[in-house]
Amino acid sequence: MREALRLAGTFLRIGILNELQYRVNFAFSLVQSLIAVGTSLAVLALVFANTTSLGGWSAGELLVVMGAYVLVGGVIRTVIQPNMRQLMTSVQDGTLDFLLTKPADGQLLASVRRVELWQGVDVLVGTALVVVAAVRLPGALSLVDALGFVVTLLLGLIAIYCFWLVLTMLSFWITYVDPIIELFDGMYQAGRWPVSVYPGWLRVGFTVLVPLAFAVTVPASALTGRLTGWLLLGSLAFTTVLATFTRLIWHHALHRYSGASA
Amino acid sequence: MGTLNGLPGLYAATAKAAVQTQFQYRTAHYAYILGMVAEPVVYLVVWSAVADTHGGAVGGITAGQFAAYYIVWTLVRQMNIVFTPYGWEERIQKGELSGHLLRPVHPIHYDLAYFAGMKVVTVALWLPIGAVLWVAFRPTFDISPLEVAVFAVAIWGAYLIRSMLLWVLGMITFWTTRVGAIYDVYFTAELLLSGRLVPLALLPAWAGGIADVLPFKYTFGYPIEVLAGSLSTRELLTGLGLQAVWTAVGVVLVAVVWRFGVRRYGAVGS
Repeated sequence: MREALRLAGTFLRIGILNELQYRVNFAFSLVQSLIAVGTSLAVLALVFANTTSLGGWSAGELLVVMGAYVLVGGVIRTVIQPNMRQLMTSVQDGTLDFLLTKPADGQLLASVRRVELWQGVDVLVGTALVVVAAVRLPGALSLVDALGFVVTLLLGLIAIYCFWLVLTMLSFWITYVDPIIELFDGMYQAGRWPVSVYPGWLRVGFTVLVPLAFAVTVPASALTGRLTGWLLLGSLAFTTVLATFTRLIWHHALHRYSGASA
Repeated sequence: MGTLNGLPGLYAATAKAAVQTQFQYRTAHYAYILGMVAEPVVYLVVWSAVADTHGGAVGGITAGQFAAYYIVWTLVRQMNIVFTPYGWEERIQKGELSGHLLRPVHPIHYDLAYFAGMKVVTVALWLPIGAVLWVAFRPTFDISPLEVAVFAVAIWGAYLIRSMLLWVLGMITFWTTRVGAIYDVYFTAELLLSGRLVPLALLPAWAGGIADVLPFKYTFGYPIEVLAGSLSTRELLTGLGLQAVWTAVGVVLVAVVWRFGVRRYGAVGS
């Protein structure tokens, strides 16, 4: 485990050093991130010009959801998506061979090879949004709430990572997975709003199929006094099951993979 | 023989090629269309929820009318898919444009013809999705034959206007490749002021005033409202007239920017 963390750390450091060569990109990412957040705020303002609560959430509470949405989106674009795209390309052109011959865990290596550091601006902006929104809410915030947020956020991020990896591993069976990725990108926008807004069948989809609920709504629930022991337990159970399932699929998929020469 | 056919022949041949090529990627198109449908479904769900808490209507629009609006949205969205400005970066970096320059007609004709042909495929694939949305969200429609006729023209107006505008936007790549932030500003303005995000009637008055003098609403809001809204005959026809005006403005912009831009391209390549 320690070895794995050290390895991941090294890869991340190399990735970051690589990205630091292109510092101007920070400014551009920041502009783009602020435009996106500005749009979200405009949408919130439009909705709340017409109502005082949406699916049981107030405007201030929805700001927490939006912050979590931006934050999670930032993590996806910084570390998850770049690695998954690379993995997909490796399967297509057979360069996955090189990765598999290395004396470390293949899934680990495939998941830490690339970092798009400047996309991480969204992580900062999202965090800032969450903090500002949470502090402005009526009622004091306890340490337990903050801890609940961090724990459920981590669980949610693991779930999202597993979901992406399973999607990407479809490329072991069908080579052209790009449209599926586009599909997920489209679906992810739904995370902007708490899943309780959606009608039953969509809510189930966004919770189980695309784990938006666990990645965005549940952490936001922790900061708005909605997190119960059961919800926390459910989040833990869901992530554990999904992670185990992903690991099994990974081994299964590698058996499918025949390399570049075959 | 090709020269005898002229431009109409070029359009027919390119569009036909587009239909045949794109039809091979049915599954990919389906995934794209489904991903695209997520966007209006989210808007629809949110506004329906708001309408529900307000006795069934927001700003005079009922849940059924929101459903009609966003279902027509999905069809209009298929129609206003055009050559993406992000594609220009590749065109210029990889020198693909050089090949286009050798041809005797302006390269925009190929894009217009190709993406027009693609509509045959995407709209055919959209039909079952539209039907599912219809069943799931129960829209309320009140459509007259005139509205159908105007809609049939207006979706092509939307296609032309958006083609021209995004071509001009893409041509910025002639001058700088750092276009991401510029595109973002453009697409954000389009999102908010076109009727893509919300029916324009829900915007505050000042924002609605800005939307009125910009071309964006003629690519989303206007064609959608032709079918899903209750425009008067006068509004229906004025809209078509303004679409014609914006198409003409687009043609002039494309011509001017292309003239100067393509000189830059020559300078880089030689």
